[in-house]
Amino acid sequence: MSLVFAGVASHAPGITARAERADPQLRDAFYAAYRRMAQAIRGSGAEALVLVGAEHFANFFMDNMPAYCIGMGEEYEGPIEDPDWLKIPRGTWPGNPDLSRRIITEVMQTVDVAYAEEWKFDHGMMVPIHFLDPGGDLDIVPVNINCQGPPLTPLHRVWEFGRALRRACDAAPEKIAIVGTGGISHWPATPNSGKINEAWDRDFLDKWTRGDRDALTAYSDAETLRDAGQGGFEIRTFLAVSGATEGASADIWFYEPIPIFAVGCTIGVVNLDSEAAKQAAE
Amino acid sequence: MSLYSLQKLIYELNRDPRVQRAFTEDLDGLLANYRLTPEEEAAIRTDDVGELYIMGVNGQILMHFAAWRGFEWDEYIQAMKDGLKKHGQVKGGLYAAVDGGEGGAV
Ligand SMILES: [Fe+2]
Repeated sequence: MSLVFAGVASHAPGITARAERADPQLRDAFYAAYRRMAQAIRGSGAEALVLVGAEHFANFFMDNMPAYCIGMGEEYEGPIEDPDWLKIPRGTWPGNPDLSRRIITEVMQTVDVAYAEEWKFDHGMMVPIHFLDPGGDLDIVPVNINCQGPPLTPLHRVWEFGRALRRACDAAPEKIAIVGTGGISHWPATPNSGKINEAWDRDFLDKWTRGDRDALTAYSDAETLRDAGQGGFEIRTFLAVSGATEGASADIWFYEPIPIFAVGCTIGVVNLDSEAAKQAAE
Repeated sequence: MSLYSLQKLIYELNRDPRVQRAFTEDLDGLLANYRLTPEEEAAIRTDDVGELYIMGVNGQILMHFAAWRGFEWDEYIQAMKDGLKKHGQVKGGLYAAVDGGEGGAV
């Protein structure tokens, strides 16, 4: 077993871009939870970070849109946005083409994944990296699930994709952390930016902490759009982590709506020990 | 096809410094590469973020475009609210306004 850490984290660009406009208490508590996650990843001995994101037409567009794509580059640059706007300096982060190739090859046993040797990170990758690996110590394996241009991959397939990622991680000798990054309910990049359906989020997170496959894969996209906005389609990144850690419970280390960040800010961590305990009991 | 072309222009502009250079140095030449309606072309030429939003340009690439064109955050949100008042609901894509465009965190 070489998956040593699994969790989820928010990536909305306001988290860094509009930091000074947030309630300082909420903001600092959220940042502290993000840093705690960074520490936990470091403490796990992880050498690589599989970052499962939902990018925003930075690399993948409707001319050729993969449902799933895994990066296989030697390095990745970002942010694609104006660094002064995002307030994250531009830089490059190391990839690991050999590890990526092995992961892609194994995932392909069950999921027809695309791969990319070129990839420019947008805020969807840069915000988590800014908090979790600012020094570029981890090899990044970026993973994208199309949550932006329908038709979108169905949730039960996302679950299978997560399972495939797990199989691939377990086959690798490297110690690997997996982090899913997306919003829950939110209406970003609309006049309603800042609208958050907290009740929906808390209900979703309750299902997520239980790893409840049936409940998590039951959302229709029409329901998600109505109740959680188009930003809610990014729950796919959370489901991929659940699929990768099937049978495990998880904890929410932080959840608070921070409207100027345009999302209910979330840090969740899977109890990998609980997965082992459940397997031993069966 | 046209909304697709309009979005493709913004997508390429957002990610490619060469396209950004062409935008500032030879906008006519750049626009000739995309099949835009006269209305779409005018909205691009005048940085009309509100109308681009209503036309159905994906919100994420439009947010990036607005920032690149120098819109402050509140100006960008206001431009979409104004566009909604002037032209009515978003005509395509996923980024329709809800609650009449009211609310949000400005
Ligand atoms: Fe996002």
